[in-house]
Amino acid sequence: MRIGVVVFPGSNCDRDCVHVLRDVVGQDVVEVWHGETALEDLDAVVLPGGFAYGDYLRAGAVAATSPIMPAVRAFASSGGPVLGICNGFQVLLEAGLLPGAMVRNRGLLFQCRTVHIRVESTRTPFTRGLREGQVLRLPIAHGEGNYYAPAALLETIEEAQQVVFRYCDAGGRVTPEANPNGSLRNIAGVCSPQGNVLGLMPHPERAAEEILGSVDGRWIFESLVACLEARVPVPVG
Amino acid sequence: MSPTLPRLDPAAIGLTPAEYEEIRRRLGREPNALELRLFGVMWSEHCGYKHSRVTLRALPAESPRLLQGPGENAGVMDIGDGWAVAFKVESHNHPSAVDPCNGAATGVGGIIRDVLSMGARPIALLDSLRFGSLDDPRVRRTAAGVVAGIAGYGNCIGVPTVGGEILVDPRYRGNPLVNVVCLGLVRTDRLARARASGPGNAVMYVGARTGRDGIGGAAFASEELDECSEREDRSSVQIGDPFTGKLLIEATLEALGTGGVVALQDMGAAGLICAASEMAARGGVGVTVHLDRVPLREQGMSADEILRSESQERMLLIVRPEAAERVAAAYHRWGLPATVVGEVVAEPELRVTHGDRRLASLPPYTLADAPAYRPVASEPQRLWDLWQIEPLPDDSGPQDALLALLASPGIASKRAVYEQYDHSVQVRTVIAPGAGDAAVLRLPELAPKGLALSVDGNGTLCALDPYRGARRAVAECAANLACAGAVPLGVTDCLNFGNPEDPEVFWTFRQAVSGLADACRALRIPVVGGNVSFYNESPDGPIPPTPIVAMVGVIDDVRLSPRMSFRGEGDLIVLVGDPSGDLAASTYLRVVHGLDRGRPPDVDFELHQRVLSVVRESVRAGIARSVHDISEGGMAVAVAESAIAGALGADVVLPAAPRRDSALFGEAPSRIIVSVGEESAAALFALADASSVPVSVLGRTGGDRLRMTVASAGPKRTDIDLPLEALRRAYDALSEVFR
Repeated sequence: MRIGVVVFPGSNCDRDCVHVLRDVVGQDVVEVWHGETALEDLDAVVLPGGFAYGDYLRAGAVAATSPIMPAVRAFASSGGPVLGICNGFQVLLEAGLLPGAMVRNRGLLFQCRTVHIRVESTRTPFTRGLREGQVLRLPIAHGEGNYYAPAALLETIEEAQQVVFRYCDAGGRVTPEANPNGSLRNIAGVCSPQGNVLGLMPHPERAAEEILGSVDGRWIFESLVACLEARVPVPVG
Repeated sequence: MSPTLPRLDPAAIGLTPAEYEEIRRRLGREPNALELRLFGVMWSEHCGYKHSRVTLRALPAESPRLLQGPGENAGVMDIGDGWAVAFKVESHNHPSAVDPCNGAATGVGGIIRDVLSMGARPIALLDSLRFGSLDDPRVRRTAAGVVAGIAGYGNCIGVPTVGGEILVDPRYRGNPLVNVVCLGLVRTDRLARARASGPGNAVMYVGARTGRDGIGGAAFASEELDECSEREDRSSVQIGDPFTGKLLIEATLEALGTGGVVALQDMGAAGLICAASEMAARGGVGVTVHLDRVPLREQGMSADEILRSESQERMLLIVRPEAAERVAAAYHRWGLPATVVGEVVAEPELRVTHGDRRLASLPPYTLADAPAYRPVASEPQRLWDLWQIEPLPDDSGPQDALLALLASPGIASKRAVYEQYDHSVQVRTVIAPGAGDAAVLRLPELAPKGLALSVDGNGTLCALDPYRGARRAVAECAANLACAGAVPLGVTDCLNFGNPEDPEVFWTFRQAVSGLADACRALRIPVVGGNVSFYNESPDGPIPPTPIVAMVGVIDDVRLSPRMSFRGEGDLIVLVGDPSGDLAASTYLRVVHGLDRGRPPDVDFELHQRVLSVVRESVRAGIARSVHDISEGGMAVAVAESAIAGALGADVVLPAAPRRDSALFGEAPSRIIVSVGEESAAALFALADASSVPVSVLGRTGGDRLRMTVASAGPKRTDIDLPLEALRRAYDALSEVFR
């Protein structure tokens, strides 16, 4: 499969994503420069973490308007799988490809540590290979990962099963103590109504090899590849 | 643009009458006002190493693996198979005192670009920080600002902060220390240097535009801080922009890939004039710089301001003319200016022009080679008094003493700090902060090889004996590396001292350098470069002499590197090394009894090497389940830390000692705790035996309490019996300060 990793000025995790997709998951990977306007022959697109455009204005705000984004939008609306990790998630929120917004972490400080998240929905290509209720151990590294959505929108995305991951403890219990940043309802990841666009704050690419302490992140990429290989159709509309 | 400046008093720009005479002698004429200002900044202590250069010659810089020693922007060592590491430490003490957040942030940015100047991709940062007492609200504000600055810059630029240390001593109150280490990875055939060559080559300015920030920063760093510094010296502090810094990394690595870059250097301290004169001096050529071509952020900047500005995220490149377009294109692609501002000339003359006006014309060496002094040194007599620790206070309450030590800032968990730093970006971090004595990075390029990094220094010991204190810092670094199974490769040092013109301060400097030199010779590793920071004084007086040592080591198989945490119930806890600790200059005496006294025990490097080799071999053999160096707080603290980290209790009996507290809390180098499964014990003893290193089984892991007893002939008693939860609470004392 051919997977594109978008490189914005200020992306920090682009090389990490390329490494994991190419060397660990064994896929064909292309770096997509933010200044391009087309995504050629890609099966999936990853928006990596970092500080795109320095996160000036708001995290992800400037990147959401970069030349490549209309092509990402078109790819997403045609059912193509799009994964936004950390800053990539923020970009997808700012671009309106995912519902809700990010505000500064509760406590205002950057947080870099390992957390647990629970799989809430297996309807996305990135989680189809996982079990509902499965607990993943992944690192977070962000200052603005406090997920917010107005009450009505929260209800809508809960009903539509768009909440894909929630922060939890090692036993899978969703508790206030397990919430590292103040996200509403411990939300760590959400998807588009069709499920083909996913954003999450933790970094699966930093937990895809035994030597780094956890391989739980790898299952997210493996799930994507399995879906692509099986040509699982994504509902459009 | 004003080419002429009012006549200057040399003293106003920090030059002595003798230095002014020397300038006249070297030029064979009077310098003009602009030239004089350039001398003022280039001959500052910060740029010129005037008071340290002669002493620094004592440091060893030989190794078969050394690719670049002192004199370049960073040292470089070969790690095999076509790869090398570039590393260096630098201080940003004065800026951090005045503006903690921006001062620390630009410290991070500056050292990253020094490593980048060698053609290396920066892959790791470590920080060594010193603050006054954290009970002082002003110190707390400084500390929080420094941490925020490091986090803000390091996180955004995408280089992980993988380790460091924070120590607290009231003597750093007015003058905190912020020393930042950066390490980069470079293919040996891509190694770059800062040596201008090739008449006709272009001088290219890349990165951010030049503004009025940080003018005279290097000179400011060469003065003592006073009460007004915070208010008056703000304009000497640069403002960093990590986003531009990140673009500069990517664009520069891309530009180096074109093969058209002959040399490059960061425009850091003393800005454009420093980069231009140093690169020209190294190459024995001349350089012409046309100021009217320099990209400016502000209108109406004078020649002096343009030349001395320390605006961040700028570099100066020497580029082959035919490649200039391709090199510039790499920067433009990343949205950065890249402009040819001059050219290399054969005649060794640094010329500064604006339009058709020549503003300065000097041989580059006259600026780049500041005079070297041999300051007077005199031994402070009071040291002898401070070495007396008799009569010692009563040995009582070991439980309270252990909890007090665990909660003391030097020992307590730095989690609240390092969780603010991205330490896992670049997917190399195998042992993260807090998990081991050294940071461990994997090298997928050379798998299963890896690197271990440690930064250490102990101003409190150095204040009591700078020679021994410096040796202890080197020994500690080497021990930390051994805990990860690493063989030391090389050292970079940051020497933080007070005013070198004070004979007692200079004596401590000379002693410390000599300690470093002897220690590195004993370990057969080079000092690949570093930094000297003098004039660390405030109205409270000078800081303790603080040599900071950062050591890099290579690990053959990173999969075997153990952490410091106890792993399995019933493992044997083994002490490798001599059991006896010393209370002199111990953290215990200072924290528990308020006594900052005693002569620090020295290092027997012959024994040290043998102890470290046993530990390293046990790691390589895959039998060490946890390894932890015994340092501050002695054996009791080391065992407690491994228990806390592993959430696993322990029951240990320490060998008898004249005093119970010296057994528990006494300190000495060359002692490491290794835990092994019962089945591996014989193998560990055999390793120790083969090297004639003493080993003793202290006890076993297990349960959720820490029990410690010092063996004695008297009735059986338990000296420490505490639940892990109590230890963890004490160890978490800093979380309130930094959150």
